[in-house]
Amino acid sequence: MYAFDIECPTTIAEAAQALGGENQALSGGQTLIPTLKARLASPEKLVSLTAIAEMKGISSAGGVLSIGGATCHADVAADGSYKALSELAAHIGDPAVRNRGTIGGSVANNDPAACYPAAALASGATIVTNTREIAADDFFLGMFETALEEGEIVTAVKFPIPEKANYQKFVQPASRFALVGVFVAKTTDGVRVAVTGASNEGVHRWTAAEEALNASFAVSALDDLTVSADNLIADLHGSPEYRAHLIKVMTGRAVSAAS
Amino acid sequence: MPKDGGIGAATLRREDVRFLTGAGQYCDDIKVFGQASAMFARSNVANGVIKSIDTTAAAAMPGVLAIFTGEDFVEVGGNPAGWLINSRDGTPMHEPKRPVLAHGKVRHVGDAYAAVIAETPEQAKNAIEAIEADIEELPAVVNMKDALSGSNYVHDEIGTNQCFDWGWIEDNRDATDAAIKGAHHVTTLELVNNRLVPNAMEPRCSMAQYNRANDEYILHTTSQNPHLTRLLISAFVLGIPENKLTVIAPDVGGGFGSKIYHYGEEALVLAAAKKLNRPVKWTADRSEAFLTDAHGRDHVTKIELAMDAEGNFLAFRTETLANVGAYLSNFSTATPTFLHGTLMAGNYTVPNVYVNVKTVFTNTAPVDAYRGAGRPEATYSLERVIDMAAREIRMDPVELRRKNFIKPDQYPFASAAGLEYDSGNYDALMDKMEVVADKKGFEARRAESESKGLLRGFGVNAYIEACGIAPSNLVGILGSRVGLYDAATVRVNATGSLSVMVGAHSHGQGHETAFPQVVAEMLGIDPMSIDIVHGDTSKIPFGMGTYGSRSLAVCGSAVVRATEKIINKAKKIAAHMLEASEGDIAFNDGAFSVAGTDKSVSFGEVAFKAYVPHEFPLEDIEPGLEETAFYDPANFTYPSGAYCCEVELDPETGKVRVDRFAAVDDFGNIVNPMIVTGQVHGGLGQGIGQAMLENTTYDENGQLLSASYMDYTMPRADDLPFYTVDHSQGTPCTHNPLGVKGCGEAGAIGSPPTIVNAVIDAMQSGGKNVTHIDMPVTPHRVWSAMQNA
Ligand SMILES: Cc1cc2nc3c(=O)[nH]c(=O)nc-3n(C[C@H](O)[C@H](O)[C@H](O)COP(=O)(O)OP(=O)(O)OC[C@H]3O[C@@H](n4cnc5c(N)ncnc54)[C@H](O)[C@@H]3O)c2cc1C
Repeated sequence: MYAFDIECPTTIAEAAQALGGENQALSGGQTLIPTLKARLASPEKLVSLTAIAEMKGISSAGGVLSIGGATCHADVAADGSYKALSELAAHIGDPAVRNRGTIGGSVANNDPAACYPAAALASGATIVTNTREIAADDFFLGMFETALEEGEIVTAVKFPIPEKANYQKFVQPASRFALVGVFVAKTTDGVRVAVTGASNEGVHRWTAAEEALNASFAVSALDDLTVSADNLIADLHGSPEYRAHLIKVMTGRAVSAAS
Repeated sequence: MPKDGGIGAATLRREDVRFLTGAGQYCDDIKVFGQASAMFARSNVANGVIKSIDTTAAAAMPGVLAIFTGEDFVEVGGNPAGWLINSRDGTPMHEPKRPVLAHGKVRHVGDAYAAVIAETPEQAKNAIEAIEADIEELPAVVNMKDALSGSNYVHDEIGTNQCFDWGWIEDNRDATDAAIKGAHHVTTLELVNNRLVPNAMEPRCSMAQYNRANDEYILHTTSQNPHLTRLLISAFVLGIPENKLTVIAPDVGGGFGSKIYHYGEEALVLAAAKKLNRPVKWTADRSEAFLTDAHGRDHVTKIELAMDAEGNFLAFRTETLANVGAYLSNFSTATPTFLHGTLMAGNYTVPNVYVNVKTVFTNTAPVDAYRGAGRPEATYSLERVIDMAAREIRMDPVELRRKNFIKPDQYPFASAAGLEYDSGNYDALMDKMEVVADKKGFEARRAESESKGLLRGFGVNAYIEACGIAPSNLVGILGSRVGLYDAATVRVNATGSLSVMVGAHSHGQGHETAFPQVVAEMLGIDPMSIDIVHGDTSKIPFGMGTYGSRSLAVCGSAVVRATEKIINKAKKIAAHMLEASEGDIAFNDGAFSVAGTDKSVSFGEVAFKAYVPHEFPLEDIEPGLEETAFYDPANFTYPSGAYCCEVELDPETGKVRVDRFAAVDDFGNIVNPMIVTGQVHGGLGQGIGQAMLENTTYDENGQLLSASYMDYTMPRADDLPFYTVDHSQGTPCTHNPLGVKGCGEAGAIGSPPTIVNAVIDAMQSGGKNVTHIDMPVTPHRVWSAMQNA
């Protein structure tokens, strides 16, 4: 780790002011600290978000669950008002990761194998920042890429709670991130299917499955669909073909488990 | 038995109190005044010519005290291989020099070519980044077959990548070939024994201190055998006389083989400590552990099993390529040969065995012994090909094994691979296994799995292994450059407590609990009055270390011999105290008594007399009560076992879950059944890890792809089933005083083929004609195998 300064603001406004340039936001540190330890980043200053009370906590109003950007995974897991989301959070990493890592950090990082991005995209969530609100469809732009501007802070994520939803995560054996994760959400506006872990483009929607499931929300609706292996990830743990196969299997399992 | 537990008691491990409360003293916990920090510049290419190394900028960085490069060690010796192997044509193996720091060329990713000593670790790291090394990358040699056929050499001066071409037993070759040629049925299997990273929880760490007052060194290091490390540094590498070098291995957080060996970092910190006249410490980070700890396994093997029409085994013929990596690590030449080829008759009466092993240099980390060392490779090849043969001739795999087992009345049994097994009862193990595993209930469990859309497979395996590698006379003939005895000193203190200095270092094996149980049993005293001292060359007489499940069988035997000497001397003292003749003294339950009288003295009273020798027959007996014994075994010991498991396989995803696992082992007599069970659990975890999860992957450029826990799958608790472990069927070893055989590696040896056999069974039950799958059986591999079948 290279030496750095750290600042711990208590309001979003102070944090926004402290960010920019070579300074970087630090939330749960579950991604950033290992990066620093490996000397892969050298920020001049870290601006910690974990002392900002207005970025923490979970509230529900009008069928929308709003989660502060600095809320840790364990708190989301314990909440339970959006069951599929709580179950997803309960299976991120290990207890240490869940008690430090945050939803803001997760969506801002947009790891192509992370879980929350699939939930946000499938639920049609809104990413709230210190300057604007961004629809999930416009937020996740590709592997580790988001619509965030430099220094912009994810202050909350708002999830409309679907009628039915489920997340199926087939773990990469070593990291236990998603080798393929599929989040299926059935809302009054229709079904949305988001896939993580699989694609070189990062989290994405499987629109063909959405159409089929809109016609009939049953596993059999997927029968005639195939997933193309083009542009899917090839690594030590799975070929593109295997991932393509798993997308369909996990989607089916999410449909039958959705509640 | 003494009231708090002698031989056979499941005493809790006393060392766990300090381990579990954070009071362990590991190398990195030891901090001394003035300590400086060492860090290494490591190659990021697998093969390259070092054109120049410019350290000017680095030397000027804050806190930097010294910088070393390979140039500084040209004059000193290399780290040698401990075992000389001759090729089939009689020529000796190739032994390229393994320098302290790479010089001229770097030969694997992670190969250290420079070291910085600085005030703090961070300063040393900063300076490493400022070293300007011009290293011209060359194409890497990674795949063993390419290495043998190509002309790109890891060591140019040798002119081949083949270290040796070994045949065992060369005289059996023709008979084996003939038996295979004339056989009714021959089963052929090509397989890969996957390469593993040892992943001890504690990374390597070495700290050197130098005392210029008397030119003495102390090296604290993460070692399984401090005496061997001292010997190698003294005799081969730095030439520091042994009387000027103390090597201490304090608490060590696991080794699994990887800490048997001497590594260049140890020599570097010693040299630096003298040059700077300051203590110098290096602690590896996890990435360095992945890149530079000696890896394990990595064989590519073709094995053939020939049978007659009844399924009697006629011959096993094996051709193996064994990777040794870029340099020869200390046991790297013994592991694929005498710890592997000699076991290729298994538990069977097969008359013909021939093994050919070619060891191959590649631009990868050195490969050496890892828990089981050669024997897992042997067992895996044998037990996979036997399983495949059973399917081919449609015989129950258990029956086929039983048919060929050595029977209890055949011991001592001369195996076709050159060993003499002293005891065993493989049918009894198999019988017990079938009961404890509820083999009868398998079909019902299979039906239940199938009702959930899952496939269930049953896998079985029988193994034999060889522990306590010995005797010195024999291994000397076979090429070992060291002896393989061990030593112990039993020191009875004046007030009756005991310190027992043992050569076998404990780094998870529970010696501090088990060895006192042995002494307490013999002396009839409280085990808690006995402490084990180990790991410090200045305190213990000598020791060849802990590996190959040898501690109790070899060092424990030395403890027994030394304790016998104590009893003999104590009897003399007691006879004097009781005014009786020595022949009339009986020793029972900690008391010396005169036969036929009520006169007796306690062990404690005798001890006190030995150190306060008033009215003592000094003309006949020396004061003091301390004895040393060296023990060199007559033979290996031969643990064996019958294992089985059941797996559940999800045909949609290829995911395999181990549902049940039963391990029935013959470890001979048992000193502490709880520790034995723990050792089996640990071994099973590592064996199941190899079978299902762990894989070390280099790309074609020699870059390690599985270089962190993000890609290298360590077994986690929820990957493993609850085990059924049984060691009730022990047949005592016939040649050591405790009748013990060794239990440290069995689990890792017996489990991989058990798992793979079960996975094959599951796939076949789903109508898929898959006859082999390589480890690890990851979901992706299983799914792919089923797609293509
Ligand atoms: C062992 C382990 C296992 C894991 N397993 C999983 C898993 O299974 N599934 C999964 O999804 N994740 C997993 N993770 C990742 C985990 O969820 C991380 O916590 C998460 O990705 C990052 O959140 P954080 O709060 O730790 O962010 P940090 O590490 O603090 O920051 C990550 C990045 O986001 C930026 N950032 C942080 N917060 C904000 C914000 N509010 N606004 C803007 N930018 C911000 C930082 O500057 C940094 O660039 C795992 C991590 C570990 C260590």
